[in-house]
Amino acid sequence: MTLEAFADTIVPGEKRHPGDRAVAGAAAGGGAVQAGALELMEWDATGISEGLDDYVRLLNDHAREYAAETGLDPDPSVPPFVALPYAHRTELVRRLVAPGHPEKAFWVLLTLFSNMAYDSAAHMHTAEAIAAGHPGLAAMGITRPGPGGLWRFPAFSYGRPLARLHPDTTPSGSPA
Amino acid sequence: MTSTERTDVLVVGSGFGGAIAAYHLAAGGAKVVILERGPWLTAKDFEHDFMLGSSYTRIFDFVVGDGMSILGGNCVGGGSVVYFAAMPRAPRFVFDKQTGLGRRVWPASVSRDTLDPWYDRVAESIPITKQDWNDVTYAGGLWAAACDHAGRTANPVPAAVDRDHCVNCNWMMAGCRFDAKQSLLLNYLPAALAHGARIRPLHEVQRIERNHDGSYRVHYDIIDEEDYRVRGEGGAIDAKIVVLAAGAGATPVILQRSEPSLGRMPHGVGRYFSGNGERLNTAVLNEDRVREVLGLTREDGLAYAANQIGKGPTVANWDRLDGSLPEFTRYSLEQLYFPPGLGTILAQVADAAGGPSWFGARKKEMLSRWQSWLIIFQMIEDANEGVFGPPPAAGNADRISQQMLGIGRLRYDPAETTLRAWAMADAEVKDILERDGLAEVTAWTNDVVGAYTVHPLASCRMGDDPATSALDDRNELRGHPGIFVTDGSAVPTALTVNPAMTIAALAERAIPGIVRAARERGVEVAYGAPAPDGSTSGRRGVADLLPSLTRK
Ligand SMILES: Cc1cc2nc3c(=O)[nH]c(=O)nc-3n(C[C@H](O)[C@H](O)[C@H](O)COP(=O)(O)OP(=O)(O)OC[C@H]3O[C@@H](n4cnc5c(N)ncnc54)[C@H](O)[C@@H]3O)c2cc1C
Repeated sequence: MTLEAFADTIVPGEKRHPGDRAVAGAAAGGGAVQAGALELMEWDATGISEGLDDYVRLLNDHAREYAAETGLDPDPSVPPFVALPYAHRTELVRRLVAPGHPEKAFWVLLTLFSNMAYDSAAHMHTAEAIAAGHPGLAAMGITRPGPGGLWRFPAFSYGRPLARLHPDTTPSGSPA
Repeated sequence: MTSTERTDVLVVGSGFGGAIAAYHLAAGGAKVVILERGPWLTAKDFEHDFMLGSSYTRIFDFVVGDGMSILGGNCVGGGSVVYFAAMPRAPRFVFDKQTGLGRRVWPASVSRDTLDPWYDRVAESIPITKQDWNDVTYAGGLWAAACDHAGRTANPVPAAVDRDHCVNCNWMMAGCRFDAKQSLLLNYLPAALAHGARIRPLHEVQRIERNHDGSYRVHYDIIDEEDYRVRGEGGAIDAKIVVLAAGAGATPVILQRSEPSLGRMPHGVGRYFSGNGERLNTAVLNEDRVREVLGLTREDGLAYAANQIGKGPTVANWDRLDGSLPEFTRYSLEQLYFPPGLGTILAQVADAAGGPSWFGARKKEMLSRWQSWLIIFQMIEDANEGVFGPPPAAGNADRISQQMLGIGRLRYDPAETTLRAWAMADAEVKDILERDGLAEVTAWTNDVVGAYTVHPLASCRMGDDPATSALDDRNELRGHPGIFVTDGSAVPTALTVNPAMTIAALAERAIPGIVRAARERGVEVAYGAPAPDGSTSGRRGVADLLPSLTRK
């Protein structure tokens, strides 16, 4: 739940059901969680799967401190990070990934994978992700592949001169 | 006791520097072995797939440093397999760059005039197309039209892409499935193999030591073919000549790790790294304004919305590549494609309104307009600020993920002049693309993984001054005769354009000296192989330059 809340902070989505606590509902359409961020993080190929418990523990420690510092009174029935309202989750993550934070590199990795789940479905074959209506690839308008699972774009050029060439262009087409 | 394998020439890395050296030395009669840390894949293996573990992540290497991250190739063919194949020559003024003390940074013997015949040799070996407006993609066309609208010029960029086979799929970074991109897998490497060179993939070189007879022993680990974090037992090969070409992010690390066994390295090893001054800007186009202001339309009534379509950079603005302008204010602005995955996280929203600029709800909104993105790539003159710290236990990074991701030791703290040049280039891109409401433009943030380069250079640079260059003007490592560096690490400075053509030309230029050194070490090898396809005009073009390169 904590990691879902983290991923949702990076690419927010709409709640999966009315009582959804991890997903804050800060944006319309599926976000990183619906896109498969947890599946990606839990895959050992990422190199972070074994450290996920540490991520959860640390993030909740930070959330507890943050809540105390800002005078928030988090709901004890969910992990402290999940209990933070979206704007505060964002603020906390912003501090963790800011230049100079001692754990920055560690948190940046988690943001990278949260983002990659959404913008490239890195835990799935791309063609299958598109066929399954993957929310990130759909929102970005990535087109379906053609035959053989390959993309080809027969139309690709405006096909006409669009600027003057630099006067010092050599015959090889390079700058002089 | 096991006997160590022997060869005449051992080449580390199979990118531009490695493949070119391997070909010429094998063709000249030397016994050549190439050790390459990545896998050996060919067109049929290159998938169109973002899934981790597919060809995308298998063939590249992303190393996060402190202030600078490097993306490079990790496969037989090196960067040529993942690159965008833009192959311009470097402008004349680059070679005249001076240090603060008024000394030339580049060796006196290298200038655009003396390099041009070597560029010609490369152009004869790797088919390069001088693209015209019909080859220019929608993204390149848009950039050209915007430049024109802003009173600038714009040029189709020469590229090693076979226009008859290219389908504009924009998966170049995953390796070209259609063999349209003329990577080294299609020219120098097969020619080297035909002359008996051996390529050993998944062999990662760790260090070099000197034998009593003056030859070198090169130690390597075997890398697991799926999980690159897993190392098998390695071995060692003895060679009379070692050509280091592991790329500018890895060559200095091998040398640093070898220092205890090889002896002191020249000061320039692992210093003066340049990211080629790279930085990316993302423009999100207003499709209506593109139609109204630039008069562009394409099929189905669209104006642009073509970010997914194309083939890397096709158009560049070269107006500031003018030698009469002050140093650190000269740069090129090139249209480029960067795929999702690594290519979107660093893009920032134009108006974050106090919120985070590279993640969160606003960023998600920006992603929903992804098809209308246009990426502009700046290559400014940086100040060679990068320095490599002590090497990691193995390889050039501590690997995190099964493939692709690692933490390296490069520190890059941009100088004032670099920051100013980036700001100047940012402002110019904004001026061109925000004119008349065409787009909103932001630079990629450096706050996440530092600056970012796909063009690492100069970490082991050549020059005339032993105090500031690791190599002499014929690419030999100072104080370590018989070790040559022919990759991007030898290039002394940022180039203000894409570097592969220059790396390749300098590698071609280094060959006569390497052949000479090999002969002195008893290897029966001759200089003078034609281009990989047998063409010989390039060979004639460099004939006059040979005496100076084979001098004692
Ligand atoms: C996405 C992308 C796009 C690019 N587009 C362009 C472009 O359009 N135009 C352009 O000019 N340039 C481009 N480049 C840059 C270009 O690819 C490099 O400048 C060029 O490949 C560098 O050549 P090199 O010989 O220095 O090293 P590389 O080509 O990087 O080769 C080094 C090789 O050494 C191997 N290696 C590393 N360490 C070891 C070790 N310890 N043991 C054994 N092998 C090792 C690596 O796996 C690699 O194969 C691009 C790069 C990338 C990543």
